[in-house]
Amino acid sequence: MSTAVAIVLMAGIVAYAVFAGADFGAGFWDLVAGGAERGARPRAVIEHSIGPVWEANHVWLIFVFAVLWTSFSQGYASITLTLFVPLAIAALGIVLRGAGFAFRKSVDRLAYRRVFGAAFALSSVIVPYALGAIAGGIASGRVPAGGRAGDPVSSWVNPTSVLGGVLAVAAVAYLAAAYLVWDARRLGDATMAAYFRRRAVAAAVAVAVIAAAGVFVLRADAEYVFDGLTGRALPLVILSVACGAGALVLLVRDAARGGRLLAVGAVASIVAAWGVAQWPYLLPESLKVSAAAAPDATLITVLVVVGLAAIVVVPGFIVLYVLDQRGLLPEEGS
Amino acid sequence: MGSGLATLATVDPVPWARGQMAFTLGFHIILVPLGVSWAFLTLIANYRALKHDDGDALLLAQRWSRYMAVTFAVGAVTGTVLSFEFGLLWPRFMGQWGEAFGIPFMFEGIFFFTEAIFIAIYIFGWRRLRPWTHFWTGVPIVLAGIFGSASVVAANAWMNAPGGFTLDGDGNIVDVDPWKVIFNDAMPLQAAHMIIAAYLVGGFLVASVYATGMLRGRRDRYHRVGFTIAFTVAAIMTPIQLGVGDALARWVYDNQPAKFAAIELVPETASDVPETLLGRLNDDGTVSGGIAIPGLASWLSDPGSGTSTVVQGLDSFPADERPTTRQVNIVHLSWDIMVGLGTLLFLLSVWYGVVWAVRRRMPRSRWFLRAAAASGVLAVVTMEAGWVVTEVGRQPWIVYGHMKVEDAATGNTGVWILFVAVVVLYTALGVTTVLVLRGMSRRWRRGDGGSDDEAPYGPRAPAEREAAP
Ligand code: HDD
Ligand code: HEM
Ligand code: HEM
Repeated sequence: MSTAVAIVLMAGIVAYAVFAGADFGAGFWDLVAGGAERGARPRAVIEHSIGPVWEANHVWLIFVFAVLWTSFSQGYASITLTLFVPLAIAALGIVLRGAGFAFRKSVDRLAYRRVFGAAFALSSVIVPYALGAIAGGIASGRVPAGGRAGDPVSSWVNPTSVLGGVLAVAAVAYLAAAYLVWDARRLGDATMAAYFRRRAVAAAVAVAVIAAAGVFVLRADAEYVFDGLTGRALPLVILSVACGAGALVLLVRDAARGGRLLAVGAVASIVAAWGVAQWPYLLPESLKVSAAAAPDATLITVLVVVGLAAIVVVPGFIVLYVLDQRGLLPEEGS
Repeated sequence: MGSGLATLATVDPVPWARGQMAFTLGFHIILVPLGVSWAFLTLIANYRALKHDDGDALLLAQRWSRYMAVTFAVGAVTGTVLSFEFGLLWPRFMGQWGEAFGIPFMFEGIFFFTEAIFIAIYIFGWRRLRPWTHFWTGVPIVLAGIFGSASVVAANAWMNAPGGFTLDGDGNIVDVDPWKVIFNDAMPLQAAHMIIAAYLVGGFLVASVYATGMLRGRRDRYHRVGFTIAFTVAAIMTPIQLGVGDALARWVYDNQPAKFAAIELVPETASDVPETLLGRLNDDGTVSGGIAIPGLASWLSDPGSGTSTVVQGLDSFPADERPTTRQVNIVHLSWDIMVGLGTLLFLLSVWYGVVWAVRRRMPRSRWFLRAAAASGVLAVVTMEAGWVVTEVGRQPWIVYGHMKVEDAATGNTGVWILFVAVVVLYTALGVTTVLVLRGMSRRWRRGDGGSDDEAPYGPRAPAEREAAP
């Protein structure tokens, strides 16, 4: 039972990384797009691509929290006690980001748009860094079991956390650029497609370099996870590398399709690899998933809710997607 | 200097954690009624528009749905912070009780997801769906709002009436009954009271905007329709709310006697207890000031036994198991505010109802409009006061009878920094929200804007327009 819930938890983290990751990455490109004039065109593509479902993507994070605190309460308490600072930064960043984005769409003066736009873009970089650092702190075994606080500083300022943070920022930038190439093409904007293709390739190279350096960091600093990644989780790591390389080839060749999907595959499989690598631990080498789990009745409820959510939410998403692709009613037109 | 910094770094986190929780919830809760009830008001306008081919109502429905998207987005952001705070501020509470307390939030997640998706569908649908199909896509928003708040309030009610779990010798949860956690003893009445409050606050808030417009001379049909829809919903809810509140007070009398003693300002156990309006409790256990209505508190607690009903006093609880004197005074004052303002809002609704019954139109007097223009803010204050009664009245418990607040809080001494940052950020957020909403309304009144792609959940602008260099 606890295994099933752990899988659900991991699936939530992967979904968050993939969906919200692309959102954060778009904010990254927004930030580096340059002044109001030069950046106007890339920003138009960016705005277009995160349009309608932006907030729904962040519900994945809340879903992860709710599963965590309901199913693994003690582990959750340890994490929040230890990683107070990066969590607080992420929370504040999410407020800035959401509000900045929502308001930017609802005001008309350029100066206001710029302020909200900056809030949106800056926090899009800070939040993934903080979340990556949190992952690093957990992976390197710096969070103790038993609802106790670990070191408030070194738990997120350490080699693995820096690696996690930097890698998260680079990965979301890569993911978003791959999406944006596709969006620009759909808009029929060849210049912008080329613009984001160059950036996607650059980001892919950056991710590769960071990941390569990461191998050494993990071996020195997060031994358990390193062993897992080179052992049990090796197939997923290879899958991730293969997807990443494939996506890169497609991007360089400017192929029409596939690049986006492979980019998603690369990010999803590396996040999943982390989960598999630290199995059977929730907090490596101090708290096992099975030991941390809530009573069965609670776990069953969590699984039932996940099933219900799939029944209720998936059709809604499909309707929304169809409407998004659909033209206006003939009698009203535009 | 150095020692100054050192003392700052070791500030006791508990009061800051409490303050932050109260502040962020108090902020979130203002947006909640709009998320819950505005969709319903919008559907009424939408229905009128379709049934009676009413252009004003159509315009109202379209505009309301876009305002709603903004307030929903801010509600979502502030709600996300709340879910961080459960861990950041109350890790030991979550570590101990998350296995039970967390369950209602799993359900809330579904409803919230549904609501977000259907708000987007509804806004998209204005120009993409057939009118009646479009109308029906609004109904899930209303239902998700109701069930979503019922789930969250179930969690809060569980803190008042914890149940549905078995503890072992060390106080750890070993078994959980999810059904009893959600439908705990306090849940039905508390959820009903909150959902009605959401309709009442949402209705009065929206109506007060149009009342203000009418006071400024904008008495056209558009304003009258907008006012009537919103105010009528709120006016119908008001008497129901008084009834539910009365039942809830009796529930507290039966189940949380210390809170009840604080509400009614009863220092010593007695029968024939007076209902004290205002007034305050002193540290020596005497009550000073205020107006006492003889026997009323006893009588209201149980009309069956009338003024001979015995009410437990604060002195029948050990000092560390009841609210402090200061907290008692806060609870009692908040109680007076809730009941006082609730009664005022009820009288205002009666005024409105009588004029409708007699003259078949809304009251036109300036005094009525002034009162109606104030009703939105008053309703918000009423609701906030109600929450203060619930939360402060439960002190010192966080989980009634099981865990005290000081045992629940984080040990992190930096909480005060987070608190300051949150206050600054939320102040900016609140001010901007109001400015953005007013900006939207001003632009629409000037006649430009008003396309649905400017709302946060709105569809993408047509490709040609944006891709053009
Ligand atoms: C505008 C809204 C509104 C109005 C008019 C009233 N209330 Fe209320 N009240 C609330 C909004 C509210 C609330 C904010 O929604 C609370 C906080 C927690 C809850 O479930 O409802 C609440 C709590 C609350 C509690 C505490 C419950 C607890 O601690 O478990 C009691 C006893 C009452 N109310 C009773 C009343 C009475 C007798 C009213 C009649 C005048 C009344 N309320 C009007
Ligand atoms: C589902 C809803 C809610 C939950 C789960 C919740 C939970 C909590 C928690 C965990 C605390 C800290 C412990 C304590 O001091 O008791 C708290 C305190 C408080 N909350 Fe709530 N709360 C909810 C709704 C609200 C709302 C909407 C308000 C609005 C004003 C509110 C007002 C307060 C206040 C004033 C305190 C501080 C009490 C004190 O320290 O004396 N609560 N609440
Ligand atoms: C329909 C109206 C509401 C909206 C739009 C809204 C929005 C949100 C959002 C987006 C979250 C983040 C967590 C999640 O999605 O599960 C949240 C959490 C929360 N809300 Fe609200 N909310 C509403 C109703 C309420 C009500 C009625 C209350 C209190 C009485 C409340 C109190 C809370 C609390 C305590 C949390 C934190 C718990 C959690 O993470 O689930 N909300 N809200």
